[in-house]
Amino acid sequence: MPEDLINSFMTGPDETGRFGQFGGRFVSETLMPLILDLEAEYEKAKTDQNFWDEMDFLWKHYVGRPSPLYFAERLTERLGGAKIYMKRDELNHTGAHKINNVLGQIILARRMGKTRIIAETGAGQHGVATATVCAKFGLKCIVYMGAHDVERQKPNVFRMKLLGADVVPVTSGRGTLKDAMNDALRDWVTNVRDTFYCIGTVAGPHPYPAMVRDFQAIIGKEAKVQMQEAEGRLPDTIIAAIGGGSNAMGLFYPFLDDKDVSIIGVEAGGKGVNDKMEHCASLTGGRPGVLHGNRTYLLQDDDGQILEGFSISAGLDYPGIGPEHSWLHDIGRAQYVSITDVEALDAFKLCCETEGIIPALEPSHALAHVAKIAPDLPSDHIICMNMCGRGDKDIFTVAKALGWDMAEAD
Amino acid sequence: MTRIDAKFASLKANGKKAFVAYVMAGDPDYETSLEIVKGLPGAGVDVIELGLPFTDPMADGATIQLAGQRALAQGQTLVKTLELARRFRETDDTTPIVLMGYYNPIFSHGVDRFLNDAKAAGIDGLIVVDLPPEEDDELCRPAQAAGLNFIRLATPTTDEKRLPKVLQNTSGFVYYVSITGITGAANAVATDVGPEVARIKSATDLPVIVGFGIKTPEASQKIAGVADGAVVGSAIVDLIGQGKSPAQVLAFVKTLSDGAHAA
Ligand SMILES: Cc1ncc(COP(=O)(O)O)c(C=O)c1O
Repeated sequence: MPEDLINSFMTGPDETGRFGQFGGRFVSETLMPLILDLEAEYEKAKTDQNFWDEMDFLWKHYVGRPSPLYFAERLTERLGGAKIYMKRDELNHTGAHKINNVLGQIILARRMGKTRIIAETGAGQHGVATATVCAKFGLKCIVYMGAHDVERQKPNVFRMKLLGADVVPVTSGRGTLKDAMNDALRDWVTNVRDTFYCIGTVAGPHPYPAMVRDFQAIIGKEAKVQMQEAEGRLPDTIIAAIGGGSNAMGLFYPFLDDKDVSIIGVEAGGKGVNDKMEHCASLTGGRPGVLHGNRTYLLQDDDGQILEGFSISAGLDYPGIGPEHSWLHDIGRAQYVSITDVEALDAFKLCCETEGIIPALEPSHALAHVAKIAPDLPSDHIICMNMCGRGDKDIFTVAKALGWDMAEAD
Repeated sequence: MTRIDAKFASLKANGKKAFVAYVMAGDPDYETSLEIVKGLPGAGVDVIELGLPFTDPMADGATIQLAGQRALAQGQTLVKTLELARRFRETDDTTPIVLMGYYNPIFSHGVDRFLNDAKAAGIDGLIVVDLPPEEDDELCRPAQAAGLNFIRLATPTTDEKRLPKVLQNTSGFVYYVSITGITGAANAVATDVGPEVARIKSATDLPVIVGFGIKTPEASQKIAGVADGAVVGSAIVDLIGQGKSPAQVLAFVKTLSDGAHAA
């Protein structure tokens, strides 16, 4: 066996849903049978060619995959160092990577005979993707969204309603993604027979982190092939933003065993990773704990109470991170950094001006890190960043942050 | 033999059903909460379920969520919750205390250190909602080894195939969750619960206590009638949330325990 297969980073999780010490199935007994059922169905689907044929067909004709791998020429020139490529998942139907995963879970839900779909959402992108696919298949859709996020992501709330979903504003806690996930779990415990919980990131109890990763891995698989076509080799560095970590896991996973590819995840640094915890950098500023069904790095106080994160980006505003990232962090296979709101806004503007692409605030974080490191790298160093969402949903937030009055703009 | 085992043995000898009351530690504040807990045995409570506040109680409805938030806002912590139990033990050495909550505060404190501290405080058993049998190595086995009961929840979704797994490392009693849902939501229905309790009892010698959705003395009596006892939480916590005095809360608890004891 070649050496790089003996030490594969791609074999997790184990049968208990663990990536090292992270992951697991920390749920109430009521949900346990449901999760085992889901795991069994997913295991069956995984090796069923019909399942993947259906996915491939819809990815191509409904989502618009493969997404392009795009050489950002002017950005590269402007930064004056490494060669920068963007994996354009913002061009997907519904405007983000979220739909890659939703399609997989909804096809699975249909196979399981479930008729009622619930989801949590932060930025609203996962909610929109879920509402979209539910509309396509005629399924009932209920989306839990923190009241604070309902306020700051209004366009997505309207889109979900147009698509026929019920949007439930969640007022518990501080009204963000974490609280929406709690309420979605409460719904699931109450409606066990007909309901499928479509989780939007690589978190939750096993098998969600592995399943969502497998669906999002289409990003990295395509990028690998496309990079070979464009450059005849693999990238030197791959970079993605991390809320729960699904777009990042999707890009990273197919590269985990390519030891020469360095992997960087970018967390939301909010106002700065400080004692006041005004950030969402779970790996940089948190410690291991148990929340939402898995063990992972969490923002928490000394008593193990979960802290509310802070970020300008609703999609990154989550106090945890997918367990596989915690593991990759601890073993050192991936590096995790943080980017502040201000840095992300600068990158947002830079991307608009140099490439004619209005990015979502989430990938703006990844781009900000690219902007930080690219100038010091040689021109033959290839960076691939995940442009995982477009910024239409964020224009109001950005206008406010930049002090523009949208009503007066002409 | 823990205080829990002793209590159920004596109830059985007297042909009585158990009444279990849930309150959140530190709600509405530490001193008031301690006063209520100290009054529970006098109000006919056989087993005290002491809620350990957590920011993200995923199996709880609004009533208990808010109780946890009130307690946390008053500075309640795991350490203070154990301290509250210890102070209760100064006045009562027989009424069992079951600590009920979520895993993260315990994991954060450190499992071994927690088990030592909990024993020293006079805690008898644990109900940790987000630790199913699949995660027994985390806390269940160490707790049993330390002489604490680990009480498992069985639910309407726990089918025949799964029941033995749920019962395997359970001790003290089995807590049957009467509904699929969160605390304080739907009403428990005795005609649904009876056969389920019988199903569980045919597989274990442990007492089977029923909770979730029991809100009145009548329901307490009816449900205790088809099981070994009944648990009431949200209905009591609601009164505390309304700002009722300890005396008023305990008077209500007495009507609930009278109900269960009349079964
Ligand atoms: C465009 C975009 N990127 C990233 C995220 C964060 O999620 P994840 O880290 O799972 O990719 C979101 C979440 O809403 C999003 O909308």
